Amino acid sequence: MLKFANFAHGDLMTLGMFLALAVVVDAGLHGGAIGPLSFGWGMIPAALVAMAGVALVVLGLDWLVFRRLRARGGGFITMAVASLGIGIGLRAIVQLIWGPTAFRYQSGINEATTIFWDLKVKPDQFFIFGLTLLLVVVVYLLLYRTKLGKAMRATADNPDLAEVAGIETEQIRRWTWVIAGCLIAVAGIMLGIQAQLRFSAGFHLILPMFAAVILGGIGNPWGALVGGMVVGISQEVSTEWINTGLKPAVPFLILILMLLLRPRGLFGSTI
Amino acid sequence: MDLFAIDLIVLVTFGGAVNWTVGFLTTVAIFGIVALGLNLQWGYTGVFNFGVVAFFMVGAYTSALLTLPHPDAVMVTPSGAEVTGVLDYAGGFGLPVPVGWLAGMGAAGALALIVGLPTLRLRHDFLAIATIGIAAILRSIANSIEGLVNRSSGLSGIPRFLDELASGEDYRWVLLGIALLMLIVVYLALQRTVDSPWGRVLRAIRENEDTAKAAGKNTVSFRMQSFVLGGMIMGLGGAIFAHRFGAIAPTSFSDLLGTFLIWAMLMVGGSGNNRGALLGALLVGFFWFGTPLIQEDLPDFLGNRVFMIRQLVIGLLIVVFVVARPQGILPERRRVSRFVSDPDSAGGRWASLRARFAGSGPRSSPEA
Repeated sequence: MLKFANFAHGDLMTLGMFLALAVVVDAGLHGGAIGPLSFGWGMIPAALVAMAGVALVVLGLDWLVFRRLRARGGGFITMAVASLGIGIGLRAIVQLIWGPTAFRYQSGINEATTIFWDLKVKPDQFFIFGLTLLLVVVVYLLLYRTKLGKAMRATADNPDLAEVAGIETEQIRRWTWVIAGCLIAVAGIMLGIQAQLRFSAGFHLILPMFAAVILGGIGNPWGALVGGMVVGISQEVSTEWINTGLKPAVPFLILILMLLLRPRGLFGSTI
Repeated sequence: MDLFAIDLIVLVTFGGAVNWTVGFLTTVAIFGIVALGLNLQWGYTGVFNFGVVAFFMVGAYTSALLTLPHPDAVMVTPSGAEVTGVLDYAGGFGLPVPVGWLAGMGAAGALALIVGLPTLRLRHDFLAIATIGIAAILRSIANSIEGLVNRSSGLSGIPRFLDELASGEDYRWVLLGIALLMLIVVYLALQRTVDSPWGRVLRAIRENEDTAKAAGKNTVSFRMQSFVLGGMIMGLGGAIFAHRFGAIAPTSFSDLLGTFLIWAMLMVGGSGNNRGALLGALLVGFFWFGTPLIQEDLPDFLGNRVFMIRQLVIGLLIVVFVVARPQGILPERRRVSRFVSDPDSAGGRWASLRARFAGSGPRSSPEA
């Protein structure tokens, strides 16, 4: 929506993931376990802290960096370069605070249940999938059924026209950052629940994320969901035939194929 | 404080300082070549390469595989034992080093062509995403395919260039000479290139692609030429790098060292200015390779974290320069041809025009 490739996206996820860790582990708010899930009620305040933290960070970055670049008319290319620098810095900060080792929110094994045939799913994974669906619905409703969403889309489409129509584009951009920050934090926590917490976890997701967004069509929330699933599933399934070490190449191949065949994405891009 | 004094004495022996400086300048020369390649792509054309290390790596591995002896050949270990088939790699043709360098450049250029074909005609940031991806993929290929580049253990015993000129310790002077000579060659060649009409088209595309198109230039083709040529220069840097150390492994080619550091060099020095790229390589290089030297002299809480702080500073440098001084320390010269007067010099036509309209600034003649 802000119309530039944010190369700090993955590292902001890492930040959210570790902020939640600070609450759950360092502050000792485990809160046992909710039903069959591997984490407890402590994850709720942790998620709130992480969302607020990441939202504040991105607001601060917008104020310090991106606002100035917009004012100068630097265009999305300079913003992408700046976001790369921010990502490098964030990765260093996470390492400075939490060190280079891997963490988990909680030790112990999350028992998988067989649904049918040989398909095994962990309760955590059900939770993540359900929450993702819910969030996509929320984002969709926000973008297409509220005034704020309309203003956000207008700002993304044509900032000057939006400004003329009386939309406070700078305020809308701040709201966009806040919402994005909250979503990034939740995504980071989900990643932390599913895998280990490492300083580099988010950065390694950049390529699959971009592949998913381009596959689904930039600026299209349903497309992003479908794109994410296609990229994720094909990446996992591919290990049946190819060397596991080559797994990172799969999203790249999808990306290149998409760019060659349908650069606007499967479902069309809004910008 | 006592410890501090002792350390200083050890470090500041003349021989130690010379040793370090020779090695440092060789490294800066190699990174300077790579920064010049990125400057051609980003500084002059606005082509957005976030996977510099991919081209560097392809150049290094290509040259190494072509110049190494056959993997089954007999090798003599440092302890004197004769071994065979220790390293598991493809190629091993034992070709002369310059052939390896040329092939390394060619391979890196071919990679640029492959990556550029689907992406260069699309949105500019797609190329950035594709290049950052190709770097990750090349590393995973190097790490996981058997019999290609000896996987994560890496290659060693890569032959040296001109090692008959000097032996032992003195060889590092030869290395320095080779690296500096190559840097000068690349610099002069690039300087000629960007001053040519071809270079002016690149700058026109960077400033406004639509205008360049309207002037009848095939902008995609020009951007591709710049991307491929820049990639070849990065490949040359990688090839020199491989033969300098004699050993490479996938871990030698991290995004941080091979891509982000180069970007910081270019942003600090001044993109669109080849001398700026070299100045940036020297300054950022001095910071990057110099910080480990003072690590032991720092208080513990800092010393343990030097490498992360170093990375943080690289990130900050990029952001601060993009925001506060996008032209870098040495700004680009705005004069594009020797046939027009220089807008940057006080006596230039534009300066006097500006002065006339603004009623301030340098005036060539007193008011009539």
